[in-house]
Amino acid sequence: MTASAPRAPRPEGPYPPTDEMLARPVPSDLQEAQADRLRAAWRTPQGWRYWSAVNNSEVGVWYTLTAFGFMLIAGLLALAMRVQLAVPQNGVLDADRFNQFFTMHGSAMMFLFAVPMFEAFSILILPAFLGARDMPFPRLSAYGYWCFLIGGTFVMGSLLFDAAPKAGWFMYPPLATRELGIGSDIWLLGLSFIEIASIAAAVELIVGVLKCRPPGMRVNIMPLYAWYVLVVGGMILFAFPPLIAGDFLFELQRSFDWPFFDPERGGDPLLWQHLFWIFGHPEVYIVFLPSIAIAAMIVPTVARRPVVGYSWIVLSAVGTGFLSFGLWVHHMFTTGLPTISLGFFSAASEAVVIPTGIQLFAFVATLMVGRVRMSLPMLWIAGALAIFVAGGLTGVMLAIVPFNWQVHDTYFIVAHLHYTLFGGMVFPVIGGVYYFYPFIAKRLLSERLGRIAFWLIFVGFNVTFFPMHIAGLEGMPRRVFTYPAASGWGLWNMISTLGAFVIAGGFAVFVYDLLRSMGRRGDIPRNPWQAGTLEWSHDIPEEAWGARSIPYVTTRYPLWDQEGIVARMDAGRYYLPDAETGARETLVTSVIDARPLHIQTVTGPTWITHLAAIFTGGAFIFPTFHLYAPAVVCAVLAVAAIIWWLWTATARPPEIPVRDAGLDLRLPTYASGVNAPGWWGMWITMLGDATAFASLVFGFFFYWTARPDFPPAGAEHAAPFWVAAAALAFGLSWAATLVARQSNRAGSRGRAMALLAAGFVLTVAGCGAALLSVLALDPAAHVYPAILWALAVWLCAHGGVGAIMQGYCIAGLVAGKLTPDYDADLCNVTLYWHFLALTALTACAVLGIAPRLLA
Amino acid sequence: MHGGAERDVMAVMPVACMPQTNRQTAAACRRAAGCLAMLALLGACEGRQAVLNPAGQDAAVIARLFLGMLTGAVILWLLVAGLFLYVTVFRVSHMPRRWAESLIVGGGVLFPTFVLAGLLSYSLPLMSSQRTGGDGLVVHVRGEQWWWRVTYETPQGNRAVSANEVRLPAGRRTEFRLTADKVIHSFWIPALGGKTDMIPGRETVMTLEPAETGLFRGQCAEFCGASHALMAFEVETMAPDLFDEWLRHAASDAVPPATEAARRGAGIFAAEGCGACHTVRGTPALGRVGPDLTHVGSRHSIGAALLPVTAADLALWVGRTGHLKPDVEMPQYDHLLPDALLDLGRYLEGLK
Repeated sequence: MTASAPRAPRPEGPYPPTDEMLARPVPSDLQEAQADRLRAAWRTPQGWRYWSAVNNSEVGVWYTLTAFGFMLIAGLLALAMRVQLAVPQNGVLDADRFNQFFTMHGSAMMFLFAVPMFEAFSILILPAFLGARDMPFPRLSAYGYWCFLIGGTFVMGSLLFDAAPKAGWFMYPPLATRELGIGSDIWLLGLSFIEIASIAAAVELIVGVLKCRPPGMRVNIMPLYAWYVLVVGGMILFAFPPLIAGDFLFELQRSFDWPFFDPERGGDPLLWQHLFWIFGHPEVYIVFLPSIAIAAMIVPTVARRPVVGYSWIVLSAVGTGFLSFGLWVHHMFTTGLPTISLGFFSAASEAVVIPTGIQLFAFVATLMVGRVRMSLPMLWIAGALAIFVAGGLTGVMLAIVPFNWQVHDTYFIVAHLHYTLFGGMVFPVIGGVYYFYPFIAKRLLSERLGRIAFWLIFVGFNVTFFPMHIAGLEGMPRRVFTYPAASGWGLWNMISTLGAFVIAGGFAVFVYDLLRSMGRRGDIPRNPWQAGTLEWSHDIPEEAWGARSIPYVTTRYPLWDQEGIVARMDAGRYYLPDAETGARETLVTSVIDARPLHIQTVTGPTWITHLAAIFTGGAFIFPTFHLYAPAVVCAVLAVAAIIWWLWTATARPPEIPVRDAGLDLRLPTYASGVNAPGWWGMWITMLGDATAFASLVFGFFFYWTARPDFPPAGAEHAAPFWVAAAALAFGLSWAATLVARQSNRAGSRGRAMALLAAGFVLTVAGCGAALLSVLALDPAAHVYPAILWALAVWLCAHGGVGAIMQGYCIAGLVAGKLTPDYDADLCNVTLYWHFLALTALTACAVLGIAPRLLA
Repeated sequence: MHGGAERDVMAVMPVACMPQTNRQTAAACRRAAGCLAMLALLGACEGRQAVLNPAGQDAAVIARLFLGMLTGAVILWLLVAGLFLYVTVFRVSHMPRRWAESLIVGGGVLFPTFVLAGLLSYSLPLMSSQRTGGDGLVVHVRGEQWWWRVTYETPQGNRAVSANEVRLPAGRRTEFRLTADKVIHSFWIPALGGKTDMIPGRETVMTLEPAETGLFRGQCAEFCGASHALMAFEVETMAPDLFDEWLRHAASDAVPPATEAARRGAGIFAAEGCGACHTVRGTPALGRVGPDLTHVGSRHSIGAALLPVTAADLALWVGRTGHLKPDVEMPQYDHLLPDALLDLGRYLEGLK
C-alpha cells in the first residue's frame, strides 16, 4: 500500500548467517565494552525517577501487580457477598450495597483483572519469548499502564463513597440508563477509559509479535504464546470497539437524554444487549485463550518434548477467535428472538467445543509422548483441566436452547462461568506465576506453600461453586441480595460461603509466599525448568537489556535444539550486541519470515506519559460529574502532551542512516511505510476504530429492522446540501493528503505544505458541514435524529484528529522532521486518512441517502 | 405425569390447606436416582421453584434433557480426567507419537462432532414444540418495579385484572404476553418451563402447559434494580372447571367490608388516598399505578410473594413498605397508628 521511500537505504550484508560466522569468537574486551554500553543505555532509572521507567520489565511488573491487586479487591467483594448469602434473609449487606458489590465484582474481574492481566503478563514476557529487547512502543505501554491505574482506582474507589455502579456488569438499559446517581457514569466513562488503554496494549502486542521477532523466527516456529497474543490481541481489537460504541451512545443518553435505548422515543434496549455481547462473548475467550497460552508453554517443558500438534493448536486458536464472534446471542436466548436465530446460535455455540477440544487434547497428547515431571506449575495446569472440562461440559448443556431457557440467569450460570473462568483462567495464571517467577524475580517460590495454596484453592473452589449448580437447578436466580428461608437454598449457600473462605485462605497463602520471597535474593540456575524457549536465556542476576544479543532462531525450541545459542547470545555473537549511540534499540524484522529489516530506536524513561495519562483521565472522569469545561481543558492538554511526546521521541530522522547490526549485516536506522512498526500500529488501531464506527452504523440499521417507526413518518432528515458538502470536503482533504505525501517524496516540500494546509482547511470545513447538516434536528426528541447526531459527532471527532495530524505534518515539514527520505509520519497520517475518508463517506451515505431509501 | 386420581384429589383440596410440598415428584426422583451425582441433587426434589421438579410439559421435557446431558457429561469428565491421570501419573513413559496425534483428531474433532451433531438434532426440534400456540386463554403479564401486573383474557374477550399471582388451568396450554413498564424483567416459573424476558417497548410471547395442579413459585430472573430479589409470585395450577369459576370471580367487583373493623379500614383506605394508586373495583378507588387490590384477600401472598395474606401482615406491609422492599415506589404509611394499620389490614384481608 505504502512502500518505503524510494531512496531509503536497504539492508546490506550476509543473511542468514552461516555456521562459520556464528562460530567466530568475540574478543572478551569488546564483549565487556559492549556490555557496558548496553547497560548504560538500558539502565533503569533510580530513586524516585524509577517511576519514569517505560521498559517492559518494569511496566509489566507494575501492570501485573496492579491487576492482581484489583483481583484481590474484587475477591473480597465476593467474600462479602458470600457472607450476606450464607443464610436466608441475612442483613449483613443491604440491597443497595450488595448490588454495588456484585456489579463491581464482575466489572473488576473482567475489566480490571482478566484482560489487563493478559496484557500485563504479555508485556512482561513477550519480548523475552522473542529475544527482543523491549516492546516496540514502550511509552505506549507506560501510558496504557498509568491510564489503567488511574481509571481502575477511580472505578474501584467509587465503592468507598457508596457511589459505585449497581446495575450489573452488563449495564442493561433501561435500568442502567434510568439509574440515579453517578454509578452508571463511573462505569461507562471509567471503563471506556480503561478499554482504550486495553486496545492500546493490544495494538502494541500485535505489532510486537509481527515485527519484533528475532531473525529467522518464521511465523510457523514462533512460540505458541506469541500466536495466542496475536489471536487475543486481534480479538480485543474487534471486540472492544462495539462496546466502546455502545458506551458512547449510552453516555450520550445519560448525559444529554438522547434516547438510544428508550422505547418511548423509538429507542431499543436490545441494541445495547447486542453491542454488549458482541463484545462480551469474545471477551470470554479473550480471558481464556491467554491461559491456554501459558499452558502451551508449561506443558512441553514438563513433558520435556516439543508440543504435539503445533499447527492444530494454532488453527484452533485462530478458529476459536473467529467463532467467538458468532456466539453472542447465546447470552440472549430468553429475549424472545425467532427460533431460527436461536437454532443457529445454539449450533455455533456448540461448534466452539471442537477447537477447544483440539487444544486440550493436544496438551494431553504432548504429555503422552513425553516423560512428565509433575512440577508445581503443572499441578495448577492439572487443576485447571479438571475444573475447566467440567465448566465446558455445562457450557455444552447451556448452548442447548430449551435448557438455557430454564437455567439462564440462575446460579447454575454462576457455577458454569466460574468453572470456565476460574478453572480456565485463574488456575493457569497462578501456574504461570509459579512457572515464570524464576524468570521475573530470579527466585523460586516455595514448593511446599505452593502445594498448600493449590489444594486450598482447588478444594475451596469446588466446595464453593459445585453447590451453585444445585442452587440454580432449585430455582435460585442470580444477583439476588437475599432469599426466603422456605426456598430450601440455605444449605447450598452455606456450603458455598464456607468454600469461599477456603479459597480466600489459599490466596492468603499464595500472597504470603509472594511477599515472603520479595526481599530475598535467590540462587537459582539460569533455566530452572530446563525449558526450550528463549525467555530462559535471560541473565541471572537480571540485566535490564533483556537479550544480550538478539539470536538467529531456526527452531521452535532453540534452547533445546540450537546448541550453544545461549553462550553465543551472552558473548554478543548475534545481532545488536552493542549500543553505539547510547540509545535503546531493538531489531525489526519482516512479518512472515522475520528477515531483519531495520534497527528501531525505542523510547526511554519519561514523565510525559504520566501527564498524558492524567489529562486523558481528566477528560474521562470530569464528565462523570457533568463538569464539561474542565473535561475539555483536560482533553486539549492530553492531546498536547501526546503531540509533544510523539514530536520529541518518534520518527526523528537518524544521524547515521545505516549501521552495523552485527554478523556483518548493515541495517537502516529508520523506516517508513509498511516496514515501520508505527505504520502497523496505525493500521491495527484503525481496524479497531473502523469496527467501532461499523457498530454505530449497525445501530442505525438495527433500529430500522427492529422498530416500525424508524425513521418516523414525516421526520425531518439531515440537510442534503450540507451532507454533500461534508462528503466533498472530506474527500478532497483525503486527496490533498495523499498528493502531499507524493509531493514530499518527489522533493516538493512547498507543494506538500500547501496541500496539507488546504487539507486542514477542508477538514475543518467538512466537520462544520457535518454538524450543520444535523443542526436543525433535535436529538432528544427521537432516536432517529439522535443516531444522525451521533454519526455526525463521531465524524467530527475523527475529523478533528485528522486535522491535527495534517497540522503535525506541516510542522514536521517546516522543522525538517519530515523529509523526502524520512516520511514515516506522513505515511501514517495518510493511512489514517484512508480510514477517515471511508468513515466520512459511509457516515454521509447513512446521513443523507439511507433514510430516503428506507423511508 | 401423575395418575388421574391423584390429580383429582389435588383439585378438590381447598387452596388454603393444600400442603405446598406434598406434590409427588417420585417420577423425577426415580430418574434422578439412576444418575451419578444424584445424591447431591436429591435436595432439588423438594422445592416449589425447582427445575428438576417439573409439573408442566415443558419443564418435564427439559428435566429429561438435562438428566441425559448430565449423564453424558459425567462420563466424559471421568474419561478426560482418567486419561490425564493415566498419562501423567500412571504411565509417565513415552508413548508413540502416532497415538498422540490420533488422540487430537479423534478426541478433538471426530468424537465431539459426532456427539454434538446428535445432541443438536435431538434438541433443536424441542424449541418449536415449546413454542407452540396456546389453547385460548391469554395472560398478559407486565413487569413493574417490583411486582407483576396480571391480566387474564379469555377467547370470548372477557378480562380480569390481578397482580402478583398467576393461576392457570392444568392440562391446557396458556399463552403469556409479556411486557415491562420501566426496566427489563424476566418471567419464570421453573416448575412449568423456561423463562422469557419482559422488555420495555416490546411484547414477548411464551406458552406453558401445566400437567398437574399445585402451588408453585415464580420469580423475576433478570436483574431489575434494588429489590430484584424480592420480585416473586405465586402460581396456582387448577382443574379447568375450578379455574373457570375462579376467573369469573376474579372479574367481579370487590365484596363490601363485612366487619366493623374492616369498615373502619375502608374509611382509612379512602382517607389516605390509597385509591390514587390502587384499584378496588366497585369502589371509587381506580388508581392504576400500583397492584389491583379488588381480590387481594384471596391471594396467596402480598408484596410480590413477600408476606402471607393476614391482616397483621398487610398492616406490617403498609406501615413498613420501604423497609421490607428497598426503593419501592409505594410510600410507607408509618404515620398511621398500629390500630389503624390493623383495621386497614382487616379491610384488605376481607377483599376475597
